[in-house]
Amino acid sequence: MVFTLFAAVIICTGAALEGDYYHEQLLTFIGIFTLLAVGLNMLMGYAGQISLGHAAFYGIGAYTTGALTVHLQWSPWASLPCALIMAGVIAYIVGKPTLKLSGYYLGMGTLGFGMIMHVLFREWTTITGGPNGLVGIPSLSLWGLDLSTGRNYLYVVWGCVLLTFFICDRLVNSRVGRALRAIHYSEQAASAVGVDTAKAKLQVFVFSAVVAALAGFLYAHMVMFISPGTFTFLASVKLVAMVVIGGMASIWGALLGATFLTLLPEHLSVFADYEMIIYGGILMGVMIFLPQGLTRGVLDIYEKFRAKRKGTVED
Amino acid sequence: MKNSGPNEKGLLRIENANKSFGGVHAVRDVSFEVQEGVIQALIGPNGAGKTTLFNLITGVFPLDTGHIIFNDQDTGDKKIFNLVSMGIARTFQNVELFTGMTVLENVLVGLHVRTKCGFLGAIARLPNVQREEKEAREKAMHWLDFVGLAHAANNKAGDLAFGWQRSVEIARALASEPRLMLLDEPAAGLNANETGQLGDLMRQIRDLGVTLLLVEHDMSLTMEIADRIVVLDQGAKLSEGTPREVQADEKVIAAYLGA
Repeated sequence: MVFTLFAAVIICTGAALEGDYYHEQLLTFIGIFTLLAVGLNMLMGYAGQISLGHAAFYGIGAYTTGALTVHLQWSPWASLPCALIMAGVIAYIVGKPTLKLSGYYLGMGTLGFGMIMHVLFREWTTITGGPNGLVGIPSLSLWGLDLSTGRNYLYVVWGCVLLTFFICDRLVNSRVGRALRAIHYSEQAASAVGVDTAKAKLQVFVFSAVVAALAGFLYAHMVMFISPGTFTFLASVKLVAMVVIGGMASIWGALLGATFLTLLPEHLSVFADYEMIIYGGILMGVMIFLPQGLTRGVLDIYEKFRAKRKGTVED
Repeated sequence: MKNSGPNEKGLLRIENANKSFGGVHAVRDVSFEVQEGVIQALIGPNGAGKTTLFNLITGVFPLDTGHIIFNDQDTGDKKIFNLVSMGIARTFQNVELFTGMTVLENVLVGLHVRTKCGFLGAIARLPNVQREEKEAREKAMHWLDFVGLAHAANNKAGDLAFGWQRSVEIARALASEPRLMLLDEPAAGLNANETGQLGDLMRQIRDLGVTLLLVEHDMSLTMEIADRIVVLDQGAKLSEGTPREVQADEKVIAAYLGA
């Protein structure tokens, strides 16, 4: 029901933006970041495991499809599964030892992984094009339909977002999702009631990596050029910020966080030199006044407002 | 009485268990059995090694030497989730609930080892998964009803009063359909009235055929409901027997009075 409504909103927005290239592109970017944030939210918000290297999986998705289509002239549709599998396999290999860590140590482990991947993107020149980036990635088309135009690509990206939301929603409200949330609240108790916590954490880590790779694929075929600068530690931090600002353990929070953090710099550019200061100030303000994130915070304010109107606020 | 009879093989057998942490010999050469269908208590002064023994039985950490045999199987190489599916459930001294989840969801997590739906199953949500989910909810509600909390099913677990949280934890443990349930100080933090209800609940659980092993400091409760008691002191077994026998044992009296 909610998803139908969401789909309708996307279609209408797409139609309304016809020809407005700037906003179409902005909205497409928001879609890509929403994908990244919702995948990371499954790991962070639901299972309570932090990853400070998630941009690496975003990069793995982008570079895998980039290298296959540019160097080997593969069709993007053939390179898509390769990109997803590559990210999944690497996540499995990395996650197996690192997810034994927790808290700060897991943060450090994933941070290190992210940095290693960034060096790899920059230095493995024959495959990645090095610091100059990889040029000439083809755009997407399907059965003769050109998907690269602003509105079509917007639909492709948001279609992926919708599908991912649908999958995440089902996961969250299932035996698997309950186990993940249980790990978040008390790993000790989750394991004591028989959850194989190592397996559950690894599964969701791989899942979030695959979603990030999907975002990377969409990004690569949208801008048709990728360079290491996109997949840095700062990008990973921005993804974490999207999840936290939007609201942990909320699918819609990821959408809100990604939207907020994508639009904010656009609107702050008028402040020129002071942009970063104001950006940081706003983030601090959100965290101080709405520590549960925007989704929960806005709902709380709404509920308080409603209660006040009914005159039932007692304190 | 259902217990005793030394020829009958115990559901749980601890054989010469030893565990040290650094220089602290927390459990030394402890052996005892728990017969199926009884309420057995593990008592002893602070630092006697009761909780350590609990953690050894539930597989939180491995034994240094010795064996723990459950249902004729050595538990030494089993992971915690294997032990749970074999039928060992536990509660914690300080109540470890998933506080942000509803009471019903807490109990549903308890059903984890009795349900199957995996990652792909959850996404596809085929009829068999839907059926499993529906049955799981019914079972979870049954256990909530059993501990008298069906009315609180949709409350957040963390919002409940402490006594009720303990009941949720017991329901969650029962949901894994255990043969042996370990309760770590179930009466801690309860008032006299709640403690009385807890005693009744434990008897009801035993009557379902679940064997109970508990660590408890509340002596009146322990003496009243336990069929059999094992006394530990400084990591070693001091005494064992019926409540009456243990109470009369001079070594136990000495240990408790610090003489």
